[in-house]
Amino acid sequence: MRTSLSFAGPFSRPHRVFLALPLLALLGACDAVVLSPSGDVAMQQRDLVLISTGLMLLIILPVMALTVLFAWRYRAANKEARYEPDWDHSTQLELIIWAAPLLIIICLGALTWVGTHILDPYRPLGRLDASRPTQVLGKPLEVQVVALDWKWLFFYPEYGIATVNELAAPVDRPIMFRITSSSVMNSFYIPALAGQIYAMPGMETKLHAVINKPGDYAGFSANYSGAGFSGMRFRFHGLSNADFGKWVSGVKSGKSALDRAAYLKLEQPSENVPVQRFASVEAGLYDAALNMCVEPGKMCMNEMMHIDAKGGLGMAAVHNVRPLAYDKYARRGSVLGTNAGYVAALCTPGDAKAMLAAKHDRPVPLPDPGGLIGAGLSRPALLSSASTDAAKNL
Amino acid sequence: MVTPMETPNPADFVAVSPIFGRFTIEALPLHEPIVVATFVVVALGGGALLAALTYFKVWGYLWKEWFTSVDHKKIGLMYMILGLVMLLRGFADAIMMRLQQAMAFNGSEGYLNAHHYDQIFTAHGVIMIFFVAMPLVTGLMNYIVPLQIGARDVSFPFLNNFSFWMTTAGAIIVMMSLFVGEFATTGWLAYPPLSGIGYSPGVGVDYYIWGLQVAGVGTTLSGINLIATIVKMRAPGMGMMKMPVFTWTSLCTNILIVASFPVLTAVLALLTLDRYVGTNFFTNDFGGNPMMYVNLIWIWGHPEVYILILPLFGVFSEVTSTFSGKRLFGYTSMVYASVVITILAYVVWLHHFFTMGSGASVNSFFGITTMVISIPTGAKIFNWLFTMYRGRIRFELPMMWTIAFMLTFVIGGMTGVLLAVPPADFVLHNSLFLIAHFHNVIIGGVLFGLFAGINYWAPKALGFRLDPVWGKRSFWLWVIGFWVAFMPLYILGLMGVTRRLRVFDDPSLQIWFQIAALGAFMIAGGIACMLIQFYVSFRNREALRDTSGDPWEGRTLEWSTSSPPPEYNFAFTPVVHDNDAWSDMKARGYARPLDGYRPIHMPSNTGTGVVISALSVVFGAAMVWYVWWLAGLSFIAILATAIGHTFIYKRDYHIPVPDVERTEAARTQLLTAEAR
Amino acid sequence: MSSRTLAVDPNEPVEFYLREEHDHPEGSSTMLGFWIYLMSDCLIFAILFACYGVLGSNYAAGPAPRDLFDLPLVALNTAMLLFSSITYGFAMLAMEDKKVGQTQMWLAITGLFGLAFLSIELYEFSHMIHEGATPQRSAFLSSFFTLVGTHGIHVTFGLIWLVTLMVQVAKRGLIAANTRRLMCLSMFWHFLDVIWIGVFTFVYLMGMLR
Repeated sequence: MRTSLSFAGPFSRPHRVFLALPLLALLGACDAVVLSPSGDVAMQQRDLVLISTGLMLLIILPVMALTVLFAWRYRAANKEARYEPDWDHSTQLELIIWAAPLLIIICLGALTWVGTHILDPYRPLGRLDASRPTQVLGKPLEVQVVALDWKWLFFYPEYGIATVNELAAPVDRPIMFRITSSSVMNSFYIPALAGQIYAMPGMETKLHAVINKPGDYAGFSANYSGAGFSGMRFRFHGLSNADFGKWVSGVKSGKSALDRAAYLKLEQPSENVPVQRFASVEAGLYDAALNMCVEPGKMCMNEMMHIDAKGGLGMAAVHNVRPLAYDKYARRGSVLGTNAGYVAALCTPGDAKAMLAAKHDRPVPLPDPGGLIGAGLSRPALLSSASTDAAKNL
Repeated sequence: MVTPMETPNPADFVAVSPIFGRFTIEALPLHEPIVVATFVVVALGGGALLAALTYFKVWGYLWKEWFTSVDHKKIGLMYMILGLVMLLRGFADAIMMRLQQAMAFNGSEGYLNAHHYDQIFTAHGVIMIFFVAMPLVTGLMNYIVPLQIGARDVSFPFLNNFSFWMTTAGAIIVMMSLFVGEFATTGWLAYPPLSGIGYSPGVGVDYYIWGLQVAGVGTTLSGINLIATIVKMRAPGMGMMKMPVFTWTSLCTNILIVASFPVLTAVLALLTLDRYVGTNFFTNDFGGNPMMYVNLIWIWGHPEVYILILPLFGVFSEVTSTFSGKRLFGYTSMVYASVVITILAYVVWLHHFFTMGSGASVNSFFGITTMVISIPTGAKIFNWLFTMYRGRIRFELPMMWTIAFMLTFVIGGMTGVLLAVPPADFVLHNSLFLIAHFHNVIIGGVLFGLFAGINYWAPKALGFRLDPVWGKRSFWLWVIGFWVAFMPLYILGLMGVTRRLRVFDDPSLQIWFQIAALGAFMIAGGIACMLIQFYVSFRNREALRDTSGDPWEGRTLEWSTSSPPPEYNFAFTPVVHDNDAWSDMKARGYARPLDGYRPIHMPSNTGTGVVISALSVVFGAAMVWYVWWLAGLSFIAILATAIGHTFIYKRDYHIPVPDVERTEAARTQLLTAEAR
Repeated sequence: MSSRTLAVDPNEPVEFYLREEHDHPEGSSTMLGFWIYLMSDCLIFAILFACYGVLGSNYAAGPAPRDLFDLPLVALNTAMLLFSSITYGFAMLAMEDKKVGQTQMWLAITGLFGLAFLSIELYEFSHMIHEGATPQRSAFLSSFFTLVGTHGIHVTFGLIWLVTLMVQVAKRGLIAANTRRLMCLSMFWHFLDVIWIGVFTFVYLMGMLR
């Protein structure tokens, strides 16, 4: 069982309230979602904000007080105060003024190290919330997120559905987000749920989180991404299990399907996009979006990286580039260079489909295990025969 | 919605005329009424200024005495003027943003469209950092450092003039984008792929690139120049540990400049290649990686913030010590703190993008190194505190700015350390909390420091003190305005509001934006009072005149010469025995030599810097607009001018003894009048 | 008074001004300044090397170093640059001996070697581009052309500078200003040599191993 960790451990509730006092006073009645979130991850992040602030105030407040005190006490008009124009050194004082910040930073550093590891967005959750530290967690709900210009696309692989600018999740079930972007950098952020993480084209980031209270929360891009950025918002619904089931079947009852053609149309820049729901999704679409190969005939990033790791394709492939047939903005390519283009795929989705269809007719060669034993080494006989057997069994 | 286009021929989309490049009459933003109105105002004001200059026949004077001058003092003043002029532009952008954000609620789109608004916040950041803070800081260092080390000029006087004009050329290129074409709509660091040719096909990013590249040449050369000056030109007796703290922090800053601006140059050059030649450094396809750019630009960007703040730490040290009438507490630890900050500035860059998902160990490493910087910074704050302790503090304007700095900056420092905790950054990154944080340190640290420095050294540079009444009005408006403008931003950040938004859907946020706008208007009042302060001080200059050369009971060598100093700074090079050299001279009864003058060797003025910089503007603009023939021609002209300049061997002259005698006699007279 | 205030005996009369002319002779900081400039230039190369390090194996399913580099040609090229550094050294020795003619001759030979280096490099580039391995083909080729090309541009400017200095030496002889400039160019030239050794090792040799 995963142990449940929380850095707020040593700080019981009353302490936390005490530490939060200055900020609370400042905020008054306004709705500061970062300070009162509804998901456990965001809650722990909030605790870290408050504890760090409290730790720093330990030194900031005395400094501010001393500044005012010294400025007042040693004003030129006050001839009572001692005046020592040549006093410029004191080893004890120097020791204190270097040691005091150092001590605070040691505490804060330790807190940072632990907190950063516990709240690493890649790390699966250890608990549902502070009151249920040991509850066994079920399989997380996987949501695949693609930032488009300028809206959010969410895939639910478990249910085979997808939505635009609307996200829902059952309360108290861990969620695992896999996040990417189709064009430029964005940041996926639902303040009530958990901290943000960048959505980057051709790359995937992950975020683990859980929502503890039902409700309707705001989500948006927290990284400027162009003209339609302000409207790149969505609602995140925390729903009870039953409501979530209803929501899913509601989406499923719709008619529209998301296939590659529909994705390419959706991907084009648009602003303030209303909610859209797709009852079915073409298989592998998210992976194609992540690997930037939804366009037919374009080589996928993972395939390209695999080929590159093997040393490229040599001069034979130097012209294996196709001009871009469609781009999002007015111009393609640079003025002094070639047309914008892409590397052509070695096999098209059609080929892949045909290959899958033929799967039962003839043995599919297993991937070469050579990569696992080191390039250039001969294949061990045992492994080789085992893989042939496995292939036969297919 | 944009419909997909079928034909893949770029020639259809890039109409590049052989004569005008991609410039067409549509490039003039005649459809933007705000820009047109601005243009009319600028054209009228500029025209009136030019006409006045011509009418009063001052062009020749300006050219001979200022534009071509290699005197570090005049160049320093020109930097300050450039910075203050650009402050007005950058601040106009700020006010426009505040108004837009205060208005765009309840379905209102505000008064700025996305294209215009996105340019404004980009320009605001670029201008404030590169063309306000940098020129003001460089100007201050240029003016004061040679005086503080008892030198007659910098190591490379021509280079100094050239650096200034290159900075100005960069500013001109950026300003050009206001009226011809557009500026970048990418945010001030122009992250690709958004700033790539695919997503920003217009001229905006090109203006950004060439403006910064041209200015960057100036900044780097000025950094080299000041390092060489501080290392080589110090007065006899001034060992490294006897240098004034401002000189020390300037040295650290210039080392940072030289060791970081080449990174900016390189990374912008790569972006240029991506945009012009179609290489694949930061593109998505063909194996490029946009996060390379983000890493590289912050390897420059983080040292940059210390480039800005360190010299001001020096200013605060000088001011606190002078106005407390005390030696600086902990000189040695102050120096070491500056050096530690200089080194640490290079190992924290990743804290600007924890949210990239680097993994917990990398993030916590960079988070902790960031926090470690707060230790030397904290030590500095304590040192100023204990300099005040048992002092006799005179609350003149520079000291008021210093106290305001100490009370403001610690808050900014605290929120900075908070943002260095990666999980806390996940919830606050890119939010208005972040905006409030860096304005808190840049306004509360850099700008307050500059204002302290300007008020402190103005009598030295101008010969008269700045008017304290208007100065205090400006002070209170700035300080209170700052808090009114940025406290709401902290709160909005905690409410989960992100930066660079143009319209809002949650009406409960509006009140905070309105308060922030009010604060911005108070700051506008502060700027106005400051301009009035300059005018009033100039008008009352006789009453405010400083005849002693040492109006504040100063402690360092710049106060040992007259105000303003003669062009040669010191008739006799001072000999240093203590780190408060001038205090030491006064305490031990120095005798100012009154005879035995010798001819003084000085560098001659030259117009080469102006010419090359003007050609650089032409080159930059030609590159922006793809006018290849003009770019080629201006580049060849730059090269030819530079080579031609190396054929001039006679670059110096001697000030004859009678001239020195006359100048020094006038000072003697002033000093005796003062003594009586 | 604090203990470290006085470096000298307080009773002794202290001199606060230098009465004789304290002049920093023209060019006294030039070597230091130029050295700092070279270090900043070195940083530009460092970034380009770093880019090559990160992107150098992203071939975009295209050709890799092994398919493109012609090591014997590059070795010849390296030899040209190394020889030019040696001949520049001879020029400096002749300069020390105040022999204008010899200095000019060695400078000219240096220039020819530099020209040969550039020609071979341009030949290599044009060959690669002709075959389709353009800077646009992959991130590897982008960073390769940029790193090697930036070095080439530096050599080009070095050559322009060299010719300028030869004209100046011809006009004015080996006066102090000219010898100082020759020394700066010397530093620049050897610096480019060092960078090239990095390029040769890191890009070409290690590229062939990859």
